[in-house]
Amino acid sequence: MPLSLDGEALRLKDDDDVAVALRPLAPGEQVRFPDRTIAVTVAVPSGHKLAVRAIEAGALIRKYGQVIGRAVAPIAAGEHVHVHNVEGTRGRGDLAEVTP
Amino acid sequence: MSKTFQGYRRANGTVGVRNHVLVIPSVMCANHVVDRIGRAVPDVVTVTHPTGCAQVGADFEQTKRTMAGFAANPNVGAVLVVGLGCETNESKALTQEIAARGQRVEVLGIQETGGTTETIARGIEMARGLVAEAAAHQREECPVSALILGTECGGSDGFSGITANPALGFASDRLVAEGGTVILAEVPELVGAEHLLAARASEPVAAKLYEMIERVEARARAMHVDMRYGNPTQGNIAGGLSTIEEKSLGAAYKGGSTTLREVVEYAERPSERGLIVMDTPGQDIEQMTGMIAGGAQVVVFTTGRGTPTGSAIAPVIKVATNSTMFEHMRENMDVNAGTILDGTRTLEEVGDEIFDWIVDAANGRQPAAEALGFHDFAINRIGPSF
Repeated sequence: MPLSLDGEALRLKDDDDVAVALRPLAPGEQVRFPDRTIAVTVAVPSGHKLAVRAIEAGALIRKYGQVIGRAVAPIAAGEHVHVHNVEGTRGRGDLAEVTP
Repeated sequence: MSKTFQGYRRANGTVGVRNHVLVIPSVMCANHVVDRIGRAVPDVVTVTHPTGCAQVGADFEQTKRTMAGFAANPNVGAVLVVGLGCETNESKALTQEIAARGQRVEVLGIQETGGTTETIARGIEMARGLVAEAAAHQREECPVSALILGTECGGSDGFSGITANPALGFASDRLVAEGGTVILAEVPELVGAEHLLAARASEPVAAKLYEMIERVEARARAMHVDMRYGNPTQGNIAGGLSTIEEKSLGAAYKGGSTTLREVVEYAERPSERGLIVMDTPGQDIEQMTGMIAGGAQVVVFTTGRGTPTGSAIAPVIKVATNSTMFEHMRENMDVNAGTILDGTRTLEEVGDEIFDWIVDAANGRQPAAEALGFHDFAINRIGPSF
């Protein structure tokens, strides 16, 4: 589990697209991981997710090394990843075809 | 040598961690009488509910199974059923079902007795008699392998899957290693994590798990809804969880890492030991009631937002996912898994504290929800009232 060098964010699996903020993160802060440094672009509340790499619209997003959803817009590294730019891929009865 | 605790050995071979006398209505029309008996006889526990009439088929069967299983939980030493007289869930038939499970039970009907006041008076007398009778039961040494642990998370946040749930999973693994049983439930909150559990199960068990997951998604399709905002809830989302998959992946940690042995229906008693999945909704009270009706004597409940829920008959141990909420809702919490994030304790140390709490609670130690006198009870309905 790579913790950022200053302990403010946790990337649960090495290849995850997101890290979890362990305290509120403010725009302009630098989050240093062993393999990269991420500049926070918007406020990320504690317990919420931060993109650690650019994610294309439509791409699957991974946390815990598993798929947690799909990006509905392009997400830049350092952005807040949440319901405004991620949709679930499961339990989506709203996408079911309406039978006549 | 297996770890032991001081429990109540029941005639049917099960082991209780409490010795309650329970007064339960067979139908909502008897709630008032049950309530009054409970106020007059403080040594009994009571539950009330809005079910038991104008129900049919699988929905009725599930309601009856839940009431019978709950009343026959080994934490209960004796039961008084109060019915009305004209209900679908006939009180005498329910009583027979409870007795068939090896429980000491008596029954009282409001119409047969002749009205509210007389039924309350008779009920008080019967309840006092059952309390005196149950007092004869004594604690004796029992192996922790007799324990069925219900695991639950409610009011989850972005820390649930990092702190409290993995720590509970560590305790779950310890209980299974001792020969005990652990129930992982809230099947809608396994959607997106089912493949991880299925990989630890035999083919027929995995197939049944996938079938239960499909039922959840089929319900969402039938209603043409996105599960999101219903589950994860607004509070989960405020806490940082974005999708049901994300919530599920964190929730599944509660069960630990052992082989999934069996998948059971709501309120069904497991026939295997080890890790079990029970089909309950994510709604906290319905889930807790289902697990206890399935035989769980102790529940561990993790929470990020702060959920006070407790049962009338089983100790429910609260584990906070973060230190801020733990301090803010101190009177409702028992264990602080936020210390893992604070760097003051390891996940294993918190897992050991949870395991010790389970054994202590089995020995009689009261967690917060029990000391505060909670008696939450709700039965999961799977059909409409007719």
